This record gives sequence, structure tokens and C-alpha cells, in this order.
Amino acid sequence: MIPEIGHAALIIALVLAVIQALIPLAGAQLGKTRWINLATPVAQGQLLFVGLAYACLTYSFLVNDFSVRYVASTSNTALPLLYKISGVWGAHEGSLLLWALLLSSWTVVVSIYSSSIPKIMLARVISVMGMVSVGFISFMLFTSSPFVRLFPAPVDGRSLNPLLQDPGLAIHPPMLYMGYVGFSVAFAFSIAAMIDGKLDAAWARWVRPWTNIAWVFLTLGIALGSWWAYYELGWGGWWFWDPVENASLMPWLVGTALIHSLAVTEKRAAFKSWTVLLAIFAFSLSLLGMFLVRSGVLTSVHAFATDPARGVFILVFLIIVVGGSLVLYAWRAPLLRSVGQFSMVSRETGLLLNNVILATMAGTVLLGTLYPLVLDAMGVGKISVGPPYFNQVMVWLAVPLYLLMGFGFFVRWKKDSVSRLSRKAIIPLAVSLVIAILLPLLFAPEQHWLTFIGLISASWVALTALLWLLNSNTSPFKLPLSTWGAVIAHLGMAVTVTGITLTSMYSHEKDVRLAPGEFYEIGDYQFKLIGVKEVRRDNYVAYQGLVEASEAGKHLVILHPEKRTYSQSSMPMTEAAIDAGLFRDLFVALGEPLGGGSWSLRIYHKPFVRWIWMGALIMSFGGLLAAMDKRYRRREKNKVEVVSQ
Amino acid sequence: MKNWIYILLLLVSPLHLQAAIETYQFEQAEHEQLYKQMIEELRCLVCQNQNLSASNAGLAKDLRQQTYEMVSEGQTQAQIVDYMTQRYGDFVLYRPPVKSSTALLWFGPFILLFVGILVLIQTLRARKELADKPLSDEQHDHIKHLLDDGEK
Amino acid sequence: MKNSLPLILFFLLVTLLGVGLTLDPREVPSPYIGKAAPNFNLPKLYASTDSISLEDMKGKVWLLNVWASWCSACRSEHQVINRLVKNNQINVIGLNYKDDAEQAKQWLANLGNPYVSVAVDRDGRTGIDWGVYGVPETFVIDKKGIIRYKNIGPVTQQSINDTILPLIIELEQETS
Repeated sequence: MIPEIGHAALIIALVLAVIQALIPLAGAQLGKTRWINLATPVAQGQLLFVGLAYACLTYSFLVNDFSVRYVASTSNTALPLLYKISGVWGAHEGSLLLWALLLSSWTVVVSIYSSSIPKIMLARVISVMGMVSVGFISFMLFTSSPFVRLFPAPVDGRSLNPLLQDPGLAIHPPMLYMGYVGFSVAFAFSIAAMIDGKLDAAWARWVRPWTNIAWVFLTLGIALGSWWAYYELGWGGWWFWDPVENASLMPWLVGTALIHSLAVTEKRAAFKSWTVLLAIFAFSLSLLGMFLVRSGVLTSVHAFATDPARGVFILVFLIIVVGGSLVLYAWRAPLLRSVGQFSMVSRETGLLLNNVILATMAGTVLLGTLYPLVLDAMGVGKISVGPPYFNQVMVWLAVPLYLLMGFGFFVRWKKDSVSRLSRKAIIPLAVSLVIAILLPLLFAPEQHWLTFIGLISASWVALTALLWLLNSNTSPFKLPLSTWGAVIAHLGMAVTVTGITLTSMYSHEKDVRLAPGEFYEIGDYQFKLIGVKEVRRDNYVAYQGLVEASEAGKHLVILHPEKRTYSQSSMPMTEAAIDAGLFRDLFVALGEPLGGGSWSLRIYHKPFVRWIWMGALIMSFGGLLAAMDKRYRRREKNKVEVVSQ
Repeated sequence: MKNWIYILLLLVSPLHLQAAIETYQFEQAEHEQLYKQMIEELRCLVCQNQNLSASNAGLAKDLRQQTYEMVSEGQTQAQIVDYMTQRYGDFVLYRPPVKSSTALLWFGPFILLFVGILVLIQTLRARKELADKPLSDEQHDHIKHLLDDGEK
Repeated sequence: MKNSLPLILFFLLVTLLGVGLTLDPREVPSPYIGKAAPNFNLPKLYASTDSISLEDMKGKVWLLNVWASWCSACRSEHQVINRLVKNNQINVIGLNYKDDAEQAKQWLANLGNPYVSVAVDRDGRTGIDWGVYGVPETFVIDKKGIIRYKNIGPVTQQSINDTILPLIIELEQETS
């Protein structure tokens, strides 16, 4: 019964979404106030019914209703409660329902915090978001319904892949989807502006906080994925340039360019068509990512059950949404021309250059991800493009980006001079040089020019950001939140790149064979195998190793790496033991028994690896601060309500 | 076709993405270095989204063994790459070879950057021209009109 | 019109993705097509002191079918191969890949043995030499010992009718 209610709710939601997509938009064109005012209530109605559908699916999980095929393939009676809840979005159909839910939620929230937005613009925005909703809900209803029944119902479900039974992984998709969906707001505003034929600083002021928040969620989602991969997959890596990872990085890069472009549009009424284009690209890349993961066009470790039929649907959806918006752009962009003037050396130019580099980085990721497909489609053969390519190329692009970031804060709007910039740059540059040369000499086991590059980029960005706080004529505490946000976000970038540099250059990994009592040394650290014993839990049995880690002879911690065999599957799974630290991680994974009580173990020393995700957290905090700036929370009454002709 | 893949997947369960741990001994540090590098740059053909280092597939284990033997014999990176591509094609390399078919891949990013900067310079120049152009009489009147209105 | 550039690029992208939907990203084509087959010299399954090598098949058109008793897709394929050999007198050498000899013999006893000979590749080295990455796979080799075609995955009646049999007939016309 409940699944049928859920299904019906989705159908009603689709009807409402169609109304939401068409009526307010038509009303805005034709000047029908009644139709314009329908936007908010219809969006709320849609949320209600999508929410109802979501609740029905969750309920089915919680009561172990295995007559629902999706529940049977994703859940299991022995599954802990948290994973029954998060299992709802654990596979294709349910994750689409989560997308739809988050999308309608964002729409309603935008409609609530919109007192300063003219009703016509709001109507258009809600309609465009409604169109996206139509896409997702029809995708579900026509190809991927989560409510399909299974007869006869199995006694128990297949259960969630043990790898996914993890809190970090539970929260990672919702965070990502909040980001992807959040970019649809900027997208919708851009479409609205293009239909309107004009775009001004006020528009940018409306769009900025939503975009910043979406960016924050996406940053966190990506960082969570990376962190999870590190501690769960057991090979010490934190980024593999897998197509789905790339699918999340591309909108992030473009989204970062977008938030900078929006800043210029707000302050200087410039970059209008760039901003609109970036907003279209950011959301398009989110949708493209969805296509890549679910269509089977690329192999990915993340791929949902792939199905070319679904691929066709998403492709058509992409064509309509992205193609439609680009047609609109080609036609209406000339109306959005900005006429502000600025010289070659100015913050405007700097930001434009910044966006060129970010866009190039996104383009590079796209190039590398799709290139094997290009060659295959042309019949030239099959290649692979993996970490060696991306790591190499992206470093070359990141260096000029970081260089530019440093200048970003003190280059003046409109017009600045090279001599003034050089004067400002000397001290931070000199200090950065010292840091980048001295620290490795003092602390690192070996020197490498890549370490130098990473450290000098990080120090340069960090120092210039801090200097900005101290340098302006006002006390730092009187500076607006958006400035603090920017400074902190840039600091976060510096922290992340430090982590990336140091862990890439100075990690140490070794596979060893140890008998109980034997030990292995990495630098000052010693790892001694005490023994291995068997343990039993709810849904798995495991071999648990006891490894004593000590530093310079002093006992640190006992690590418990495990090799688990879940009741649902016969394949063993390694659960690494990590001693996390601010400046280094010690990581031990259990291998195989080698006879005579000896075991193979993988031991890592990973310096500064946590800085990668700490930097992401710091960046997100900065983004959040920026979104909370007072000027977005000022409740302005609409001075002029214009009904267009 | 699909069934065959599923059999493979079931048997080697790539969903359990666990690092495979082998305790090979090397005579020289450079050998160990080369081995580690090679197994990270070679793609597993079974669990196709992992490198040989991370994959638990039977074939990956065999290929790691093969790599270990070649490295211990003193073979160079080029020779090992050759061995692998001879049998599996370029697909097995995560570092795409630089050839005419991949020229666009390797040089693409820099071409993109270059084009981006060119477009940027163009835009700046065009903007300057536009700003330097004197206003037409019509535009003058329009501005006067706006200013007068504003003072009311 | 430079404002149409994003649209044009998007159109190209979509075309690429559309084509991509018809391709299989997991399939790895063999680099051996048109090249000499790698040599091998392996013990026979039914006469372990005897061996079979590439040389033995020189001058003949033949198939190398890689199979194992632990491979369930090989079961469905096996009937197709049995039929092929019965109806057309094709030479097929079986390559028993990383298998247990007793189980392999049992499997053939149950399902039939169409093979001229079965070579035992216990450790999979020969498989690696031939670029085998999954089971089953089947190669078509001509009289000169050049690999002319690789069938990835189980051979189906369709692939026999459409590709393999016509190719074999064509190769038979060639001189050694």
C-alpha cells in the first residue's frame, strides 16, 4: 500500500512540477499576476508530494518491505538503522528521489527568502527549477521508479554493499547533491535574466548567497568522498581521477569561477555574460556528471547499475536543459553586455584571468575524462587516461592559479600599476621563498622542486590573505563577513595544497611480513605486530590484528586493523587502522596469513594528509561566512513592482 | 556478453576495493621504486577502475608477479611498458603514451589556456575601443535626459 | 557568432556522448589482430607428458578457445562450439586457464569435448602472453600463425554465423 501511495505522490508531484514549470513563466511573459503568484504555492505543493514519496520509500526501508524491488536489492533485516535510512539513496532510483527532494526543497527555500526579488523574476526562477524537477520526476516515473514491486517478495534483502556501510559514505551523496542542485538556482536566475533581457548588480546580489552555499556543500561533499576513499579503500590514496570523482570536480571548478564572477557582477556590474555562461556551465556539468555515472558510457568504480536506456533519457534531458539554455544564451547574450571599463592591470582582469585558468582546469578534466571515448568513437583504439596524466597536467595549471590568488586581494579595482603590485608583493614573496626553501631543508628527508612549488604557492596565498586583513585601513574586525569569508577560503586553499604537496612527496608505504613480536620501522616510528585474533559482530566475522605503534621508543597506540568477512558476501574486506594526527597519519592494513602466525601487513606513514580535508573544511567555512554577509540579509521592500509588457 | 562480465565481477568482486598486499623483496631500492611506480601506472583489466596496486583480481595478482620478475631482472620502465602494451594495448597504461592520436590530449590543456588568455586580451582590447569611442549625439541626449530626470 | 560557440561545442559533446552509448567501455580489443600469435608450449590435459605448441598448428586454420571449469559463461558457449566442430570440422584447441585438471576433465566429460587438444595453462602465463583478461575468449588463427580475430566473451551462434565461420572459410582459401 505504502509504495503505491509513494508512486501516486510522485505522479501528483509531476503534475505539479509541470504546472510549476509552465504557468508562472507564461504569467511572467503575459503579465498575468494570478499565474505569477501561483509559483510559490505550486512549488510548495510539489515539495509536499515529493516529500511524501520520499517518506514512503524510507518507511519501506524501515519496515523491511522486501516486496519493493529497490528495498530488496539495497537493504537487509540485519542492516543497522543508519544504513537503512541512508540506503534510501544508496542506489540509482532512490538517489534520484533524493535529487528531486533536494531540488524541490531548494526551490521552496528560495521562494521564502525572496522578499527583495521582483515577483516576475522569482516566477521565472521557480519555473525553470520546476522544469528541472519535471526532468527528474519523469526520469523516475518512466525509467527508474523506486516503487517497483517484486513478486514473490524475497524473505530478506540483498543488503547494502559493506563498503557503503559507513557514516562518512552515508552523508557524502546528500552533500554532493545539495551542491549540484544548489547550482540550479544560479542557473535558473540566469535563464530568468536572459528572458528578461537584463541583468544588474541587484541580480548578482540575489544570486550570490545561494551560489556560495551550493559551493560550500559541493566542497564538503567532494572532501568527504576523498576522506572516505582514504580510510576505507585501504591503499592510502585520496583521489584517483575516476570519472565520477572528475564529474564532481568539474562543477566545483566552474562553480568557483562562478562565485568570483558573481562578485565582480555585484560590485562592478561587469562580467554579466560571463557570469551567466558560468552559471549555465556549472549546472550543466552537474547534469553531465549524472549522465556519466548512470549511462554506462564510462566505467567507474562509482557507477550505478548502468543502462544505456537510462543514458538516452538523461542525454535527451541534457539536450533540452543545456541546449535550450545555450540557445537562449546565443540569442540574448548581446543584451547583457557590460560597459564598465577597466585597465589591463586591475582586479577585474585578475579575476577574469582567474576564471580562464579555472575554466581551463575544468576543461582539462573533461578532456582527460572523455578522451578515451573520443578515440574509441573514432575507431582509433582504446586508451586509458588516469592519475599520471591528470596529476601532471593539473599541477601546471594550479601554479599560475595560486600565483594569481596571491595578487587577488590587493590589486585594485579598475586600475592598478605593476609597480604598486610589485611593491606589495615583495614581502609576502620573500617570506614565502624562505618558508618554501627552509622548512624542507630543516624537516624533510629529501628535497624536491615539486615540494618547493607546493609550499611557495601555499605560503604566498596564505600570507597575502592574512596581509589583506591587516592591511586595509579598517580594523580587521570591522571588515564585512564577505571579506573574512574570502580570506578564510583562500587560507583553506593554502592548507589543502600544503597537505597535497607534503603527503604526495613524503609518504612512505611498505608491505611487510611480520611474525608476532617482529617490527618494522619508518623513520622514528616503529610498528610491532603483537598478534592476530578472531572477532565476531552482528553482520561480520573478522581477523583483528594488534599492532603496537611507537615513536622514538615511546608507546603511542595499539592499532586494530581488521580483515572482515560480511555475512552477505564471501569476499573479505580490509578495514584499515589509522592513528590520525594533525601532522601525520599512521596507517596499517592487514593482509594475508602467511603461515606460522606471520601475516602480511601494509604500513603507511602519511605526513600532513589531514590538511587536505582540513583545508576543505576551512574553505567551506569561508564560503559560509561570505554567504551570511549582512547585505544579503537586508530585507528590502520592493520599491517598484513592474509588470512587463 | 554481459553475463561473462558478471561472472568475472562475481568471482573477483571488484566492489571490495581492497589493496592487495604482497611482500616482495627487492635487491635494490631502485627496483622497489620502479615496481611501485609500475603497479600504480598499470590499469587492471578486470577491475577496470583500479590500478594493479589496488586490485584484488586474479589477473592483477599475476601481472604484479610478472612485473616483479621483470623489475628484478633489471628491465627498464620502457621494457615493462612494452611488454604490457604488446599484450593488452594502450588501454593498460594509465599514463597515455604521447603519440599523434594523443597529441590533443597532452597539449590540449595548454592550448585551452592559451586560447583563453587570447580571448581575454581580445575582450579587454574590444572593451577599451568601445570606451574610447566618443558618444554619438543621440547617446549624449539620452544621458542628459536621464540626468535631468534624476534631479527631479 | 561567438555567442553560439558554447552551443556548437555542446552539440559536439552530445554527439560524442550519443555515440558513446553504443560503445562498450569495458571491452579491450586485442593488439594481436594481424600479428603473429605468441608462441606456447604446454602440457596436454589428457596426456600430461605430451605437449602441444604453436608450431603444431602451422599450416592450419584454427581456433584457440580459452575456458575453465569454474567459468559459468563457458557452459553456454560450449554447446555452440560443440555444434561448430560437429558441423564444420573446425580445429579448436582448448586452453584450460588456471584450472584444476581433474575438474577440467570432469567438466568436459559432462559437456562434451570438441577440442583437437586441450593445453593446460596452469598459472595463466600463456593467457597473459595472448592478452587474455577474462574467460571465455576465443581467437581465430590462420595458416601462417597470424591472429585474425578475437572474440571477447562467449561465442554465440550469432557471432559464429556472422563473423567467425565466414572468416574461417575465407582463411581456408589462403595458402600457408
